Amino acid sequence: MAALFSLLSPETAMLVSMVVPVLGLCAVALLDRQPNLREAASLITGAVTLYCTLTVFIAVGAGERPTVEIVEMLPGLSLRLAAEPLGALFALIASGLWIVNTVYSIGYMRGHGAKAQTRFYMAFCAAISAALGIAYAGNLLTFFLFYEALTVSTFPLVTHERNGAARAGGRVYLGILMGTSIGLLLPAVIWIYGLTGTTDFVLGGILGELVQNMPVVFAILLSLSVWGTAKAALMPFHPWLPNAMVAPTPVSAFLHAVAVVKAGVFGVLKISLYTFGASNIAASGMSDVILYVAAFSILAASLIAMTQDNLKARLAYSTVSQLSYVTLAAMLATRYGILGGGTQIAAHALGKMTLFMCAGAIATAHHLKYISDMRGLGRIMPYTFAAYIIGACSIIGLPPLAGTWPKFFLMLGSAETGDLILIAVLIISSLLNIVYLLPPAVRAFMDPVPEGMDDSRIQEAPAAALVPAWVTAVGCLVLFFLMGDLVRYLEPLVEGL
Amino acid sequence: MLLDDLPVLPVILPLIAAPVCLLLPNNKLSGSFATVVAWGAFILSVMLLQQIATGGAAEYALGGWASPLGIVYRIDLAGAIVMSLVSLMAAVTLPYAIESIRAEINGYQISAFFAMFLICFAGLMGVVATGDAFNVFVFLEISSLSTYTLVALGAKRDRRALTAAFTYLVLGTIGATFFVIGLGLLYQVTGTLNMLDINEQMQGQDNKVVRAGYAFIVTGIALKLAMFPLHRWLPDAYTYAPSAVTAFLASTSTKVAIYAMLRFLFTVFGFSFGFADVAFTFFLILGLIGMFYASTVAIFREDVKMILAYSSVAQIGYMLLGISFATVDGVGAALVHVVQHAVMKSALFMAVGAVFFAVGSHRLSAYKGLAKKMPITTAAFLIGGLSLIGVPLTGGFISKWVLIQAAFGSVQPVPTLLIVLMIVASSLLAVAYVGRIAWTMLLEDPDNNAPVKAVPLGMTIPMLLMAGLTLYLGIDAGGLIELCRAAAESLLGTGLGFGSAS
Repeated sequence: MAALFSLLSPETAMLVSMVVPVLGLCAVALLDRQPNLREAASLITGAVTLYCTLTVFIAVGAGERPTVEIVEMLPGLSLRLAAEPLGALFALIASGLWIVNTVYSIGYMRGHGAKAQTRFYMAFCAAISAALGIAYAGNLLTFFLFYEALTVSTFPLVTHERNGAARAGGRVYLGILMGTSIGLLLPAVIWIYGLTGTTDFVLGGILGELVQNMPVVFAILLSLSVWGTAKAALMPFHPWLPNAMVAPTPVSAFLHAVAVVKAGVFGVLKISLYTFGASNIAASGMSDVILYVAAFSILAASLIAMTQDNLKARLAYSTVSQLSYVTLAAMLATRYGILGGGTQIAAHALGKMTLFMCAGAIATAHHLKYISDMRGLGRIMPYTFAAYIIGACSIIGLPPLAGTWPKFFLMLGSAETGDLILIAVLIISSLLNIVYLLPPAVRAFMDPVPEGMDDSRIQEAPAAALVPAWVTAVGCLVLFFLMGDLVRYLEPLVEGL
Repeated sequence: MLLDDLPVLPVILPLIAAPVCLLLPNNKLSGSFATVVAWGAFILSVMLLQQIATGGAAEYALGGWASPLGIVYRIDLAGAIVMSLVSLMAAVTLPYAIESIRAEINGYQISAFFAMFLICFAGLMGVVATGDAFNVFVFLEISSLSTYTLVALGAKRDRRALTAAFTYLVLGTIGATFFVIGLGLLYQVTGTLNMLDINEQMQGQDNKVVRAGYAFIVTGIALKLAMFPLHRWLPDAYTYAPSAVTAFLASTSTKVAIYAMLRFLFTVFGFSFGFADVAFTFFLILGLIGMFYASTVAIFREDVKMILAYSSVAQIGYMLLGISFATVDGVGAALVHVVQHAVMKSALFMAVGAVFFAVGSHRLSAYKGLAKKMPITTAAFLIGGLSLIGVPLTGGFISKWVLIQAAFGSVQPVPTLLIVLMIVASSLLAVAYVGRIAWTMLLEDPDNNAPVKAVPLGMTIPMLLMAGLTLYLGIDAGGLIELCRAAAESLLGTGLGFGSAS
């Protein structure tokens, strides 16, 4: 095993993992007229990328911190890649789920006879490259750069349908994400560079005594960074997420359960730990404000989710709520809080991906989007709804599924600070999850099949759409048992706390 | 030795070549000849830049008459950067013009067009090169008069070019008059026209005459560089001029005026002149208002060339803002933006020209669904557009980065954070006006599926070259920033010192 993943040095592997998707993009473009070869190119790209991120993941786990300087963009400020546990984990999740999602996309897009599939796969390749760039960014400048690249490369995916709704959704998507990143995050980055002369990610932060000497500046910078990373969908900059649900379901599954939103929360966590420093954040009064905004986001988004009849919209608001867990974790800045945030990125990715893929499978097989139309559908699509239940239970936080642990750690973290309100918020949120996630599945199994629908035989989605959902569902189960290893892996992040 | 004459060669080469263009037997030949001349001037300018970067400012006494009696050329590092930039733009735009101009003006005017283009080019180079204040006026008028003609040539396509040229003529002349009145007042006080000598003679003088001279000169140049609210001539002139003319003017003429402004502010008047602060405050406030006003107007225009023209007015606001900080970082940032904006705007206007060539219009409605019909032009346009917004990996990002950093490092009458937020907010306005065009090109369905005329390589290659340069200067900008910083240092340095520096 170890020999297999030592073919490439981790430095090379980082670069290769970002270059290969770009080559894959070109291959996809060239194979426009041969769909089978084109999809093969996507899958091969995914496999090579996964191999590279695994190489980096293993090397980082062994204590290595590979670093690559690419080019000096501004005097003393380079485009720089540097892998650390959190980034290596995010890269692994993104590239691993990318393959699952590619298989699923093939099933979904062919099942729907979608148009412009070549452009679709090309944009997907660009997006994974940008997501890996975010994961491996070695300084704020590099992070910002790939963050923007991810926004731009996913825009064609969001507006894939080219109709009025897609355009309107795309406008909100681009407007909010670019507006906040240029309007808030960029000034923060430049200001930090002006104050410290560097933007490198260093564990424990680079701002030194700033929180003591200039608490107001620290508070402004922290706010600019957290809200500027609007991919984390902290209220009030969350509307892009539900609006982006006009995209085809594989896009929603991958981008809005894995790449884009996880890039956002990963960014919040990474900037908190590596630019501001956990102990500084704990010392700043601003973190409490953001903490309660995050808590509000968790509850408010859950309440909105309950009112949605469109399954994808409901899942979208659920995502808004679940993302704020990570923001909350970053602002708690305690040992268990941070572990909770890190594990939530992994656990939520698997769980939400399952749910989205189930929603897509239902749409592919029966063209149903609304929960009210899905009563009794469980008898016709039992495998899909079974996977849905597993995903939902993981998000709710029921053992033995992966989603259990992040909630456990977050509650421990809240208890460490002695904040009872936060514990209450987390408990209420879990209860709300049950209320809005489970009923669709329960009704699907319990209610009678609607009239005019043939329930004499099972009519499932094509295997290419169903199997990936089960892969991630089983992943939720496996991760529950592997959580000890994951926590050990993330341990270096919280050393000294 | 020819190399001894290096400071003067890039100026006189196009000046002498201009009449030759008229004498050449056919249009193609005069276009090619002008191109060769421009490339020659570019190579000479780069050699000059190299020489100055290592050896300090270059001086050249015309006809061997030493200063302060004779006319002396004095080129500092900032000047050498601007000269290289202007000659690069001429060298890239001329091959583009050979193809594009045939479709836009009458055949018998073409050789005259190239002659005018070279005269304009020579004038712009002269403004930068000369160290004599009155000579600046002369060259400014040489370039302006030829520019009025070049703009008016757009009349075959759209008669409004004539009113645009006339407005430009009236306002440009007012600007020149202001400038020359100011020079007269300074001459009254100092008895000299050599810039360094004026500075020397004026040390310690701060009276109403000097102040009035200062005000006249700054206002005059401000008109030439289209500072808000003196920008009235620019949008129409850019919109109705032939495509190649717009691409060249947008990337050079206001930039040269910016340099002239820097030269007068820092080399002629300098910091010891107490009244200077007034101008900086004006630049700061008018720069900020200009950024907002022009960007907002740009959002609501229906003509792509007009949108880009208003965007130019807004971008000039950024440069003025950098200058208003009156620090090495600020002036350096302004110079960086001069270069970056010239490159991105020429790419954009060349793309617009290519669309005009193919579709015959620069109305926004003609851009519907263009991405499918003209993918290469769309790509070049988008790169330029992203750079206007300031998206990373494009030149505009670098400009904004250094400008914001300079803002954090300076002390202002307006709170720094507010300035930064306004810079950022105006970038968001750029998102709106660029986004509108990009949206039309990428996402709207074309009115018809008729194929468009193929754009010749002579236009495509210069356009792609500029788009590529926008990307290159967005990734590897370390060298440019350091060069501009050094240039700013030498500019601000001479303002503080006495007499001739070398």
